[in-house]
Amino acid sequence: MSFLAYAVAAWLLLIGLYGVVSSHNLVHLILCLSVVQASTYVLLLAIGYRAGGKAPVFADIPLSSRVVDPVVQSLTLTDVVVEATVTALLLALSLQAYKRFGTVDPDEIVSLTG
Amino acid sequence: MSHRGRRGLFLVAAAGLAALLVHGLAGLPGVGHFHGRYGLLLAHVAVPERQATDIVNSITYDYRGVDTMGEEFILFASAVGLVIVLRRMRGERQDDDRDRDDASESAVGRPSQTSAALRVLGLALVGPVLVLGIYFASQGQLTPGGGFQGGVILAAALILVYLAGRYRAMTRLRPIPVVELAEGLGAAGYAAIGVGGLIAGARFLLNFIPQGSMGNLLSGGTIALLSAVVGLEVAGAFTLVFAEFMDQRRLTGRRQ
Repeated sequence: MSFLAYAVAAWLLLIGLYGVVSSHNLVHLILCLSVVQASTYVLLLAIGYRAGGKAPVFADIPLSSRVVDPVVQSLTLTDVVVEATVTALLLALSLQAYKRFGTVDPDEIVSLTG
Repeated sequence: MSHRGRRGLFLVAAAGLAALLVHGLAGLPGVGHFHGRYGLLLAHVAVPERQATDIVNSITYDYRGVDTMGEEFILFASAVGLVIVLRRMRGERQDDDRDRDDASESAVGRPSQTSAALRVLGLALVGPVLVLGIYFASQGQLTPGGGFQGGVILAAALILVYLAGRYRAMTRLRPIPVVELAEGLGAAGYAAIGVGGLIAGARFLLNFIPQGSMGNLLSGGTIALLSAVVGLEVAGAFTLVFAEFMDQRRLTGRRQ
C-alpha cells in the first residue's frame, strides 16, 4: 500500500510515453506529454509526504507540528503553471504545422517532408 | 518505420524502463516515511527567520528564489515564443469584417448569440474572480496561494469577459501592448528585486526588506513583492496566450 503512489507515478510515465509513441494527432500527442509530466508531480508529492503530516502552512497550526516536506510542493506548484504555457507553445506549433501541411498526423507530416 | 514495428520497439524499451523504475523506486523510503533534512530544516526555521507562515512560498520566493526566477523565465520565453510562432504569416490576412458579420462568425464555429444566462453569469463572476486573484497573489506569504496561482485566476477573470460577451469586447479590454507590458514588467521586476538584494547587502535575491511580524499582510519581506510580480507575469502570459489563440480565429486561411 505504501508504494501505491510510486506505482501510479510509474504507470502515468509509461502510459503517457505509449501515447506519445502511438499518437496519430499532434494535439493528442501534446496531451500525452502532459500526462508524462503529471507523473513527476505525483512522484514528487509522494516522496515529500510524511505520515500524519499537515500542510506546511503555520498560519493556524503550532510551530512544532509535524508537516510534509515543503520543498517538493514548491517545485510542483511552479512547474504546474510553467507547464501550461509550454503546452500552449507546443499547441501553437501544431497549429502552424496544420496550416503548413494540412494535417496534424505526425506520420503524414514526415511523409510529406520526406 | 511501420506502426507495428515502432510499437514493438517501444514495448521492449518500455519493459526495460519499467524494470529500471521498479528498481529505482524500490530504493526510495516508503510513502510517508520521508526524512529529507533540507525540507524539515526549512519548515522549522522559515517562520522565525522570515515571519512568513506559508513555508512553500518562503521556499519558492526566498530560499530557492533563483530557481523560481529560472521557472519564471521559462514561462516568459514560452509566451514570447508562442507570439512569434503565431505571428501573421505570408498569405494570411486578418479579416476584421468577420467579427461584425454574425453570419460568418457562426461559420467559424462560435455561436453568434451568447445565451443570456451565460452572459449574466459570466459578467457577475468577473468581479469576484478578479478579487480572488488579487487575494491569492497578495496573501502568498501567509496562506496557500501566491503569484503563480493568483496570476492564473486573474487571467481567468479576463477570459470570463470573453465568455460573457464578444471577442471584440475582450479586444478592447486587453490591449495587447498593456498585456505585453505586464508580462515584461513581471519578468524584469523579479530580476530588479534580486538586484535590490545585491545593492542592499551581499547577494542576489537577498531578502532585504524588514520582515514585519508574523501573520501580518506586510510580513516576509521580499516574498510578497516577488509573489506580486510573478502574479503580474503569469496573468500577462496567460492572457497573451489566450489572446493569440483567439486571434488565430480571425485569420483567414491561406488562399490556395
